[in-house]
Amino acid sequence: MAEMTASVAKPVTVKAVDLKHQPGFSVVAWTCLIVLYAPIAVLVLFSFNENRSVALWTRFSFDWYVKAWNNEGIQNAAIISFEVALVAMVASTIMATMAALVTTRTAPYRGLNLAVTIINQPLMVPEIVTAVATLTFFAIIKKATGVTGLGYLIIAHTVFCIPFAYMPIRARLEDMDLSLEQAAADLYAPPLKVFRRITLPLLMPGIMAGAMLAFIVSLDDVIITLFVGGPGETTLPIFILGQIRRGVTPEVNAVSTVFLGFSVVFVTLIFLFGKNKK
Amino acid sequence: MTKSSNHQLPESNLSASVIAAEKQLKKTRMLLLAPGILIILLIGILPLSIVLTYSFMTPGDYGGVKAEFSTAAYVQLLFEEDIFDETFSFTSSYLQIFGRSLALAIFATVASLLIGFPTAYFIATRTPETRSAWLFMITIPFWTNLLIRTYAMLLILRDEGAINLGLMKLGLIEKAIPMLYTNFAVCLGLIYAFLPFMILPIYASLEKLDFRLVEAGFDLYANRFKVLKRIIIPLAKPGIAAGCILVFIPSLGAFITPELLGGGKSLMIGNLINIQFGSSRNWPFGSAIALILMALVLVSLMIYVKRSGEKGASAHG
Repeated sequence: MAEMTASVAKPVTVKAVDLKHQPGFSVVAWTCLIVLYAPIAVLVLFSFNENRSVALWTRFSFDWYVKAWNNEGIQNAAIISFEVALVAMVASTIMATMAALVTTRTAPYRGLNLAVTIINQPLMVPEIVTAVATLTFFAIIKKATGVTGLGYLIIAHTVFCIPFAYMPIRARLEDMDLSLEQAAADLYAPPLKVFRRITLPLLMPGIMAGAMLAFIVSLDDVIITLFVGGPGETTLPIFILGQIRRGVTPEVNAVSTVFLGFSVVFVTLIFLFGKNKK
Repeated sequence: MTKSSNHQLPESNLSASVIAAEKQLKKTRMLLLAPGILIILLIGILPLSIVLTYSFMTPGDYGGVKAEFSTAAYVQLLFEEDIFDETFSFTSSYLQIFGRSLALAIFATVASLLIGFPTAYFIATRTPETRSAWLFMITIPFWTNLLIRTYAMLLILRDEGAINLGLMKLGLIEKAIPMLYTNFAVCLGLIYAFLPFMILPIYASLEKLDFRLVEAGFDLYANRFKVLKRIIIPLAKPGIAAGCILVFIPSLGAFITPELLGGGKSLMIGNLINIQFGSSRNWPFGSAIALILMALVLVSLMIYVKRSGEKGASAHG
């Protein structure tokens, strides 16, 4: 009300106000950013603490990193994590690319919506439910066939990676210009050649972003791996979870910091790929 | 935008080849879709029907199930069987866990909205460069490991954690306030975990906001609060709805956060399921709870789709 009377009384001297401004919003935003990063900062900081304590700072050191690096459990877990994530990434990205090619830039056809819904299904079911369902299913198969191994974990990861790989590929395809492919076809390039020489190179940033998303999602997974992974199939997050349950140590902080750093680099790359689009 | 170029060609001798091309197209479609769809049907959807079947069976002696029909899993949820006289009496212990999960998820959603909306608005009103820096900063936690972030939360909430030590150093408190293993810690953990899910969709709808409407509001003597309430928030509704559903659903089914921050005192549905498939080994009961959780999620998704369907589908994805 005060504002109103002021502007009515002296309309000429009203100073240029920032129309977009809302009081207090910037404070909330900055607080939000600090809250998001403060716990991570504490974690990273104490991974460099010489002392065993994760509470009292004594001296800077790389000891815990050296310890973590030489820890066989961590080494094995890292290898399994990468194996699973790599295979799941390749498999899910190929399937997602194939699916994206026939679910975008097309006239609606029967089953199109159903296909897209099925592809996104792993995103809609709570992870713990998927984990339990996959566990029961694999238990039946294991009992019936006697086959065990890392394959189960890889298949489970592949499935939930598909929608993540699909998203950026689909987005990229939808932004792509059809005319280049039409021009190639008009010049009598066979469909496969059009795909290989035109569509695929143009689609590559989307495929790369999709593959990296799939990789990071697989690498980060805890719940499904916890249920599906057999004995000896401990991935890095599962190893970290086990350590945390046993007690907080700077060694866990060191592994976590490396893991975080790796994720940050990856996310940065995805971000850059996304930017190149325009 | 044209779907095919056959309209440019003479029609007479083409109908046969058009049909052939159409057939070929269908075949390609099937071939390209098949691997992805089949693997999701087999590993993602078929097992859900096994869970449904298991929920009506009898628990096996060492985990797993016995193929005897039983509704005990669902009865157990509400009633306790007396071992001696085999009568059933009402028990609220499982209902309490469901209630707590719902309450924590709702609370986390509301809190995330209260923090996330101003943040998203703040970001959307920056210059393009600042905007993309902020977005980048918000996206990083979005894609970094949830387990590690929750562990980081645990580090600062502990009795010897940064918050307690800081407050003690300042002389504000004498003894550490126990924060870990409480509903408060779980709620904080959920907000911390899923806040980016709230900010990003709200930002996406605010980014498209036409600020001339805000200007018009001011011209009509609305104050800042009124502009916010009557113009900005209504226009950001699709983003707000998407953000709320993206925080609520993972919060409801959360497992890691209550596992690390709630301990045994603040169990949520996710932990209850885990326990049934782990130490106490009652797969049918675990299956029944998993199905109820899924039903709750589907109901909230349906409410969301119905609500947002009324006002364009601009924010899906």
